[in-house]
Amino acid sequence: MNIVRSFGGILVAIGMLVFTASMFLVSFNLSEAKFNSFADIKGFQSDSFSNLMKERVVGNDYSTVFSFSSAVSECLEEANGVHKQAEEWDKVIWDSSKEMAFSLEKISAKGPLADNKDLFLFFSLILGIIGGLMHVIAGIQLDGPAGIKNHHVYHQKSTNRGWIAYVVFAWLIAFYVFLYFYPNLIVGWVMLVDPIHGLYAAGGASQWFLYGLLYCVVMLVMGLRMIIKYRHNKYQIVRTISVVFFQVVFAFLLVEILPLFNLPGVDLKNAWPLDYDFLYDWNVKNLLQTESYGKFGVFVLVWGIVLALVLVPIFVYIFGKRWYCSWVCGCGGLAETLGDPYRQHSSKSLFSWKIERWLIHSVLIFAIIMTTLVGLHTYSELNVAPGEDPQSVFLGISAFDVRQMYGFLIGSIFSGIVGTGFYPIFGNRMWCRFGCPLAAYMGFIQRFKSRFRITTNGSQCISCGNCSTYCEQGIDVRWYAQRGQNIVRSSCVGCGVCSAVCPRGVLKLENGPEEGRIQNNPIVIGNGEITFNSDL
Amino acid sequence: MNEIRHVVIIGNGISGVTAARHIRKRSDYRITIISAETDYFFSRTALMYVYMGHMKFEHIQPYENCFWKKNRIDLLRDRVESVDYSSKTLKLKDKGDFSYDALILAVGSTPNKFGWPGQDLKGVQGLYSFQDLEKLEENTHAPLTPLDKRMVKRAVIVGGGLIGVELAEMLLTRNIEITFLVREDRFWGNVLPKQEGDLIARHMRKHHVDLRFSTELKEIVADENGRCKSVITSTGEEIECEVVGLTAGVSPNISFLKDSVLETQRGVMVDKLLRTNQEDVFAIGDCAQFHEAPFGRRPIEQVWYTGKMMGEVVAKTITGEETEYAPGHWFNSAKFFDIEYQTYGTVLANLQSGEREFYWEHKSGEICVHVIYEESTRKFLGINTFGIRMRHEVFDQWLREGRSIEHVIKHLKDANFDPELYSSKEGQIVAQFNAENGTQIIPKKRSWKRILNLASA
Repeated sequence: MNIVRSFGGILVAIGMLVFTASMFLVSFNLSEAKFNSFADIKGFQSDSFSNLMKERVVGNDYSTVFSFSSAVSECLEEANGVHKQAEEWDKVIWDSSKEMAFSLEKISAKGPLADNKDLFLFFSLILGIIGGLMHVIAGIQLDGPAGIKNHHVYHQKSTNRGWIAYVVFAWLIAFYVFLYFYPNLIVGWVMLVDPIHGLYAAGGASQWFLYGLLYCVVMLVMGLRMIIKYRHNKYQIVRTISVVFFQVVFAFLLVEILPLFNLPGVDLKNAWPLDYDFLYDWNVKNLLQTESYGKFGVFVLVWGIVLALVLVPIFVYIFGKRWYCSWVCGCGGLAETLGDPYRQHSSKSLFSWKIERWLIHSVLIFAIIMTTLVGLHTYSELNVAPGEDPQSVFLGISAFDVRQMYGFLIGSIFSGIVGTGFYPIFGNRMWCRFGCPLAAYMGFIQRFKSRFRITTNGSQCISCGNCSTYCEQGIDVRWYAQRGQNIVRSSCVGCGVCSAVCPRGVLKLENGPEEGRIQNNPIVIGNGEITFNSDL
Repeated sequence: MNEIRHVVIIGNGISGVTAARHIRKRSDYRITIISAETDYFFSRTALMYVYMGHMKFEHIQPYENCFWKKNRIDLLRDRVESVDYSSKTLKLKDKGDFSYDALILAVGSTPNKFGWPGQDLKGVQGLYSFQDLEKLEENTHAPLTPLDKRMVKRAVIVGGGLIGVELAEMLLTRNIEITFLVREDRFWGNVLPKQEGDLIARHMRKHHVDLRFSTELKEIVADENGRCKSVITSTGEEIECEVVGLTAGVSPNISFLKDSVLETQRGVMVDKLLRTNQEDVFAIGDCAQFHEAPFGRRPIEQVWYTGKMMGEVVAKTITGEETEYAPGHWFNSAKFFDIEYQTYGTVLANLQSGEREFYWEHKSGEICVHVIYEESTRKFLGINTFGIRMRHEVFDQWLREGRSIEHVIKHLKDANFDPELYSSKEGQIVAQFNAENGTQIIPKKRSWKRILNLASA
């Protein structure tokens, strides 16, 4: 079984290497016919772009994605420069040069990868899955009988900030930087999954299909690991199944399947303000004005509002915010599966807690301001009189600027690069703890008006610190447990791991009456008359 | 008591630290905690998790390092060599004389050694202090991952109690095979009834622990380098091993206090107010021995929880509110590999006269409930649970109210503390009780009103 586990690890490493290398294994030669048909479909008005492309790019060999991409960008920028100079606004191509390069790369790719996508898919993704499963399943026997087995978490380089952790850290950050900011450079990665996308749709995969697919695959494999690790704990099993289900079905399958029926590919579980582009003009217009959507478009809008403003608070009142954060949410789902080996890295210091409160509530305020401005703009856009421009500047602030800033800072950098990239070093809930505006919103309700609490069992705590160490949200659970006090904290996502790792049965997540939820128990049962009432 | 300006506490374990925290809450006295062991308070019961790699040492320190300064509790790393009670002065190894107005002895325990031949050889050790943990790392410098080369092949553990089982669990994570010598005929036989002892033995064997009951250590044999190479047992068998764990209980760590005016027996003798026979000197925690034990309790109780309680009580007395130590009903908990254990009230190793028992065991053989009650009055006396969590407050209340066994069985759902979604065991437990006792108890649904004693109840 040791061999199975090690071999599995090697397969994962090979899969990741092949995946990473595939970025460099494509060359390009754009034929005139392909370029013409592409230009026809796109309906470019710009003859100068076509001429420049035919003059400089079409028919030439490019050995790397970098050279091809920059050649396309140059043509586009030069052509647009000419049109802008001449104020030929209808001829300007507004697609970003990266999108343009990505699209052209997809139709012009050559080389070993382009000719053998199935083979490369097998040696990257499929091999990775097989290796991951071997590594995970070997644990059933290797890690001994069911029970908490955090053995060597702080001895291993992968989970104790050793070099393996730093390699994973760097890889994840690079992955997100490419995904969000340089899709034109990762066409090799995207092509790997073309065969899967091709099973149900034409036109090849996008980088977002790649991301969604990887997300689901990682959650399935690491979810299985979670279930095996906590196979004695029904709460963990059911919760893991739930969170993986919502990711795979709602965030991926439905998003892919709905468009096949001419319906919008929306993630119905994604609630505002986590779903920050909900009121963007293009989203609302798309939902309301696309004929084929029929009433479904309106339903999506109404559902989104009801979910965010009615269902979220009601469920948080009944169950705590865990119903979303660790049972439904995609970000939470990745944290609870891929991120589980890193949960011990969240800082428990008072200082971190202070940063957390400032940061997460600032993001919530930012999200509310951004949504208000964007919403006003969208309203104006929908109701603008013919011939007039919709209002996009309010109190001197441009809705476009704010939304772009939010998308860049919060949507990409915080939730993606920091949120996931930082897992191996800073813990698996960086985004959920410090950045997620939905978590902040639900946190208020959880703290002040909810039935949820973690009950501390009398005086059984031995201050061992397992609960605090393994709290992914950086809550110093022991601080409360050792003084016999229930844990009622806005940041708790109710993952239940504190309760699972407690060796003395001290902690229980439960929903009960609000009366007596926030309480001051006797510090030690037995010394019955002594109660604590101090900050010490 | 004379006027107090400076309280000195010897020992930074749970007892001493609890005393310091509560004195700080209640007064402005200067407080100094002296420890030779570590700079900061740590959870002794969690040392095992550091060895197993669940946590780093910093994680088992319950308070951030800034806590002590913020709360004006001075920490002094030094060793107390002797105490002059008349001049109220300590003699410290490094810093020399150090005076106090009130002194709290919270010096803890030390592992028992019973004069076995070879008990001081290299590779032979107990497990109590931070230094013991360091020594264990040294003695078992062995694989961290299964692929490494194995250096220590087998360890023999002597003494079937809580520390022994923890040591076994620790060493197994380094792929060291364990032979466990237990003097009694079952595991933790002076505390656990037979059923529970058997249950734990089964579970330990599932973890590949080689358990030898009714077997004692005769001798530890040295190799040419003065390191243990084997042990000889009372059955005459020689077992090869590179490490020997001595875990046959602990005794008060008071050798430096003996043979002075301070009255000691096994521990430092104290009255109900935790006062020793010397003025303004108190003793708490593992090292305290009561002249007259509280009702139903033993004169020395070396558990985390009693240390915490004594620390709280002594703080009240020192700050002017004389308070007797009244620990209430016994409770304790532990974990044997994967099986958690909790106990509330009194369950002795053997059924006493006038007592009756009810024992239920899950078909898995790893979950059980053992209830003891008084035969004549049917008063509930105590419960042991394995693999099932119970609510402390509820059992404490039932014990205080002197509830009957039937009441306990009927309201068992109120007491369940297992995580949500765990399958309920109460149905089976009540059915078996009914079958054995000819009763027709129907289990009551869990009631928050009863559990929380809500006013509206």
